Amino acid sequence: MDQILFNLGLLVDYPVVNLKIIIDGVMIGALFALAAYGLALVWGVMNVKNLAQGDFVIAGGYVSWALVRTGWLQSIGLSDNIAALIGVPVAFLVMAGIGWIAFRTIIVRVIERDVFTSLLATFGLAIMMAQILNLLFGSDTQSLKLEYDTLYFADGLIDVPIAKLVGVCMAAALALGVILFMKNSRMGQAIRATAQDARAAQVLGIDTDRVYAFTFSLNAAICGAAGAIIVMVWVIQPFYGMTYSIRAFVIVTAAGLGNLPGVIAAGLGIGAAEQYGSHIFGISYQQAIAVLLLLLVLFVRLMQQRRKRQVLQ
Amino acid sequence: MSRNAILHIVLLAATIAAPLLFPAYNAFLATLWLFIIVALTWDMTGGQMGYNSLGNIFFYGTGMYVGAVIAIGMYFPVGEWTDAARSELFLMSPGQYYTGLAVGSLGAGIFCALAALIIGALTFGLRGPYFAIGTLGVAIAGGEIVSNIEWLGGGQGISMPNPPGDFDSFKVLIYYLFAGLGVVLFIFLRWFYQTRFAAAINAIRDDEEKAEAMGIHTLRYKLVTWAIAAFFVGIAGSISAFQLIHFEPLETAYQTINLGIFMVVCVLLGGKGTLWGPVIGAVIFHVFKEVTWNYFLGGQWIALGALIVVIVVFFQGGLMGFFRRRFPEWFGVRVETKGATETAS
Amino acid sequence: MKLTSAIVGALAALGLAAGAATAEECGTITLGAAISLTGKYATNGIHAKNGYEFAIQKIREHGGVKIGDKCYNFKVIYYDDESKGDRGATLAERLIQQDGVQYMLGPYSSGLTKAIAPVTEKYHIPMVEAEGASRSLFNQGYRYLFAVLSTSEQYLASAITLAAEKAKEQGKDPSSVKVAVAVENDPFSLDIRAGVLEDAAKYGMQIVIDEKLPRDLSDMSAILTKVKLVKPDVLIVSGHSKGAATAVRQIGEQNVKVPMIAITHCEAADVTGNFGEYANDILCSTQWAETLKYEDPIFGTAANYEREFKAAFPEYADKKVPYQTAQASAAVYVFKDAFERAGTLDKEKVRDAIAATDLMTFYGRIKFSEAGNNIAKPMVLRQIQNGEYNVVAPSEFASHKLNWPRN
Repeated sequence: MDQILFNLGLLVDYPVVNLKIIIDGVMIGALFALAAYGLALVWGVMNVKNLAQGDFVIAGGYVSWALVRTGWLQSIGLSDNIAALIGVPVAFLVMAGIGWIAFRTIIVRVIERDVFTSLLATFGLAIMMAQILNLLFGSDTQSLKLEYDTLYFADGLIDVPIAKLVGVCMAAALALGVILFMKNSRMGQAIRATAQDARAAQVLGIDTDRVYAFTFSLNAAICGAAGAIIVMVWVIQPFYGMTYSIRAFVIVTAAGLGNLPGVIAAGLGIGAAEQYGSHIFGISYQQAIAVLLLLLVLFVRLMQQRRKRQVLQ
Repeated sequence: MSRNAILHIVLLAATIAAPLLFPAYNAFLATLWLFIIVALTWDMTGGQMGYNSLGNIFFYGTGMYVGAVIAIGMYFPVGEWTDAARSELFLMSPGQYYTGLAVGSLGAGIFCALAALIIGALTFGLRGPYFAIGTLGVAIAGGEIVSNIEWLGGGQGISMPNPPGDFDSFKVLIYYLFAGLGVVLFIFLRWFYQTRFAAAINAIRDDEEKAEAMGIHTLRYKLVTWAIAAFFVGIAGSISAFQLIHFEPLETAYQTINLGIFMVVCVLLGGKGTLWGPVIGAVIFHVFKEVTWNYFLGGQWIALGALIVVIVVFFQGGLMGFFRRRFPEWFGVRVETKGATETAS
Repeated sequence: MKLTSAIVGALAALGLAAGAATAEECGTITLGAAISLTGKYATNGIHAKNGYEFAIQKIREHGGVKIGDKCYNFKVIYYDDESKGDRGATLAERLIQQDGVQYMLGPYSSGLTKAIAPVTEKYHIPMVEAEGASRSLFNQGYRYLFAVLSTSEQYLASAITLAAEKAKEQGKDPSSVKVAVAVENDPFSLDIRAGVLEDAAKYGMQIVIDEKLPRDLSDMSAILTKVKLVKPDVLIVSGHSKGAATAVRQIGEQNVKVPMIAITHCEAADVTGNFGEYANDILCSTQWAETLKYEDPIFGTAANYEREFKAAFPEYADKKVPYQTAQASAAVYVFKDAFERAGTLDKEKVRDAIAATDLMTFYGRIKFSEAGNNIAKPMVLRQIQNGEYNVVAPSEFASHKLNWPRN
């Protein structure tokens, strides 16, 4: 209790710390939002609740990490920084491939099934992926240490590593690219049509099977790119996938499906809320805070529904 | 009927004789009963009532902690017991130990049943995947919060008192406790699934709106069913605490991604909504798990993940569903004409 | 590479043993070990396993374990405990009951040892463990548990003593020192915290931050921001390899300036290799350092151990051999010594022989207290100075002067 009051006191005594917490929260929240957007996509289009979401993120991180560590790109004269940046599109493509394989082998068989099936099947997939990563890369935490400076403001209380800024910019660029793609390309339109009414889309000549495969690959690719950004700034470990999956579920549940601005806002908000929570209650409550937020969101939704029902009566 | 009775007697005899015949496999057999218990209780809500909980492991973990706190707290201050730096040696007499085991386990069951009523009142409004995610959230939050309570040992967990007497006979005792609980649960469910109460929860599974329209107070039925399940899981958790001697919150007690999911997989493997399905599923799953753990070192989780995917994707009717289709006469379904079987399947 | 070194070793053993018994004539003593090959402790679990294997190899080269006029070689049955306590306990039981193992080596981490020790104790199986340091292991009255390493409250307590000395040098009262503690929420790190708090209380120091790190830690900037605000004189961080990696990286990135920073698991996380100058002037506690002047007839000096180990396991070539490996080897050595003194394979007599151990090894002196922990070996504190690990405390082992304040 004393500690909580003390921590609250710090926020009042040093208002600039609030800014620091929000900046940190928004940065990690941007990456949560990416993973959540992918989840919203597959959930909305094919009603698959993908519990392996976080493992796609981690796998993408390892793709980029392995690329930089092998030194192929450096051997043709590129710096570590450039290699890590190239790692993002590479992770995007590699994970698109892995997503396609996962779709063809597993996901295609659970689309039409009840909702619980997809949760459990993707959970099995998540276990397998975490273990394969463990066997391939070991259980150490890994990260790329890049040659970027850190910017300091307010007497060094606010520090913004340029690597983080680059990461957030790439996340934003990726989100923008996906939005434009969904709006303007034929495939994007087909995906949206399928999400609205799969049968009608089929009648109108859309190959929904291809749409599903493409959507799932796109989801894995987005997650992979997010992971490649994460490994530049934070650390990854084969078993960290669950953390990102939980965040993705919190965000999608809070924002609802097919609501991209909502997903982004919820992502940034949850990032900030978590940072505030770990500042006030202690960092060891981080996971608990994320989960309690999930429960809170669920109950608020439940209450809203109840109220709606009462109005109907 | 008489053939059925003989089968039951043989199985019961095997249950009683197993630890004496295979003393080296005692721990394996005890854990097997634990799997059967959690699978059967999961099926009460998941299979019979249509509420797929991913959070039943919450009652297992809570049962462990409640059992431990009661057993220790009856004789020693819990906070001092769990203090890492304590230099004093706390010892329990055999009498104290067994009283603690009995009272603690019973208390754990009751506590968990009450907890199920409270959590259920909050979560049973959630439908479909939201119920699964919500209950998973409860289980994860439970573990995270307990791991931050210093009085309960925090992340260190709790070291239980050392069991008195010869260890082999203690292990046999633990086996019989699990097996006894499992047999009681099985007999109870055999009776329970034939009551009107069970008909009501089946009606909830089949169509909750309709059940409500028929005047069934659905929430009450859901709560009572879950509380019964939680009661048995809580007792099993408390026995596990005594069996393991040392346990910690995140990976032993509230082991969401191990036992928490395995129990669901066991039920799906055996067949949802049947009495024998969870039992058969638990046996096969547990044996498969132990075999891969022994002979597939390092890759066991890949094998396990693959097994879960295969079961869920290709085999969700479970073994019981498979048998029911292949040998309907085993289930008392009389096959009269060829046409009837085809429509039935 | 491992295979070739094994062949070379076997040939050497044959050469040595020409005239005496050859390696093939020796019997086998089977030890059991549940070790983390997967899960969060896998890195250190594998360090420990390599240490066991290296020691077994070295003992074989030196003619095995001589009991009476017969010789034996060690063999270990390993299972993967997945870094999970309940799994470890089950596996210990399987090793004892199904595989008939009579002697056990320890798992990695205090938590796993706590889970396994009740089982070995109840079956009266002597277990010499090398990786479980929490004091909570040694207040349970266990008779069959022996630990070659120093208990965890000693890991960073000497940093507190150093901070008090520095305060006195500055003409300040040690009680004016402010201490920040961030440790993982597990038995090992919590015991480190307990040790630090006890020592800080002795000097009347003030604990200004007392936080626990979550298990899946990837970001501790929330704590470091607080550190910047309250400006402690000492920062203590402990959280196995990932705690060390995260702390060093973010301390560097956020440019955290604290006069003294002390952490654990520097070598296991290879902080100098991974984070370069960020790691400079950080204090690292270690159970063992290759620069110490310890020696024994099997492994030679500490420096020799490091050299030969690197030759046998080339993956360690460009980093420090972590102490987790050295102490694992020492545990096997304790078994060899105890078997030879007991002169029998009777496990009660071997247990008594282990309890009576008073052995000088390359790892330090080993002598067990009544409770089973090693009381003869001090911890040392090293500071990373320009990428080198130099011993700075306690004073009788110090080879270099402490760089203070940091930055």
